[in-house]
Amino acid sequence: MHATIIKLLKTHPVITDGAWGTQLQNHGLPQGACPDEWNLTHPDRVEIVAREYIDAGSEVILTNTFGANKLILEKHGLQDKVYEINKAGGTISKKAAANDVVVFGSIGPSGKMLMMGEVTAEELHNAFAKQAKGLADGGVDAIIVETMADLEEAKIALAAAKETKLPVFVSMVFDSGKDKDRTLMGISVEDAAVALDKAGADGIGANCGLGIESYISVAKRLCKATELPVWIKPNAGMPEIVDGKIHYDILPETFAKHARTIIEAGVNFIGGCCGTNPEFIRAIAALKK
Amino acid sequence: MENLKMLSEAIINGDAKKARELTQQALNHRVDPQQIVKEYLIPAMDEVGRRFECNEYFVPELLIAARAMKGSLELINPILASRGDKPAGRVIIGTVKGDLHDIGKNLVASMLEGAGFEVIDLGVDVAPEVFVSSVKEREPNFVALSALLTTTMPSMKQTIDALQESGLREKVKILVGGAPVSQRYADEIGADGYSDSASGAVGIARRLIL
Repeated sequence: MHATIIKLLKTHPVITDGAWGTQLQNHGLPQGACPDEWNLTHPDRVEIVAREYIDAGSEVILTNTFGANKLILEKHGLQDKVYEINKAGGTISKKAAANDVVVFGSIGPSGKMLMMGEVTAEELHNAFAKQAKGLADGGVDAIIVETMADLEEAKIALAAAKETKLPVFVSMVFDSGKDKDRTLMGISVEDAAVALDKAGADGIGANCGLGIESYISVAKRLCKATELPVWIKPNAGMPEIVDGKIHYDILPETFAKHARTIIEAGVNFIGGCCGTNPEFIRAIAALKK
Repeated sequence: MENLKMLSEAIINGDAKKARELTQQALNHRVDPQQIVKEYLIPAMDEVGRRFECNEYFVPELLIAARAMKGSLELINPILASRGDKPAGRVIIGTVKGDLHDIGKNLVASMLEGAGFEVIDLGVDVAPEVFVSSVKEREPNFVALSALLTTTMPSMKQTIDALQESGLREKVKILVGGAPVSQRYADEIGADGYSDSASGAVGIARRLIL
């Protein structure tokens, strides 16, 4: 195991961060704009989000690079900025983190379907490798390949990210099938854990999904299926619209209550995904006190 | 008709090459194209949907079956069109403004095509006014709206409001779907139908068109 991860695991659980997109919107990111581009155009505001999470108790923060792969950036005409956006994303989070907080560079999915021939394995590998290189040069301590629906794509991103020699975690979304416990492509929690372990992941996780309650059993099963550190960042729940604004009806305290059950299952890293904010992180950080 | 049973099998198994061959053979033997669709292709896709609902099939199987179905329909549809047969219904589909995600939208489009609907795909990041002008021009039965992001869900409401303001709302049924979308949200914004899966969307469309 990498020294970075060994050191991190001395505290239990490790508190990660919450959603970034909605936080950036609170700081002025327009609807439909490319959040990742803000690393170049509004680095100060991206840094505010990182600091808000650190102030709330995050011991690990991510980077604002979730969609900063060539295949997504080209939809915004930013395909030539992949390296710069990722490097800046790494630099911004590291600056906010100083020496106290560990930074995981975020790599999200390509938005293309490998099995339908929309993209080749080689194109995916190159896209993720370039993103990972930018993150590594920006100084991140580790990489998290997250929100993956397709195990094949996740494995390609893992292999590409490992070229940096940094520790790489992989986190899948389990939201499909009758019991909502499989990936979009039908892979079970156990099969994903075994395959990612074999492919060399340094940690395995589940994020996003249908809300924290549905991730309690997913977390328990992941902890049984692997010896590797387990990373869980669930959504707050399903969003609703109240007075024209997006609203999640789960309170930070309720989120923290379920997070406690998830931590008791043996999960090492806990945080939130869509619908969470620094208040949610503050509530789960309080569980450690 | 033995070959036509095999056509159903080929669709269910996602064997596009075989499905095309068997469709062509049937057409060469002057089997009525409408009969091929109604008695063999659509029931095959219904079986695919059933297997999806009970966890035997997942998205990959759904996609390859829909692709096989599409191959057969490419042979059949020109014949149906030339003699003036109408499709099951017409659907305009798109991912709403600000949202660039298309996997879910494409999946729903494939399944609707597989069920015999004519699908007009407007792509991603589709502005409300583009939906409005397309509805005016193409007069669909359905408008299907997709969003993956919490932050772009409000574009669904804006699209429905724009259709309302243009006086077109009552002329179409509106279907919504996507990861953050729920039945409650669909009700709040005044959509006619919601499904949490692509195969479910077909059932809703069939029910609403009656």
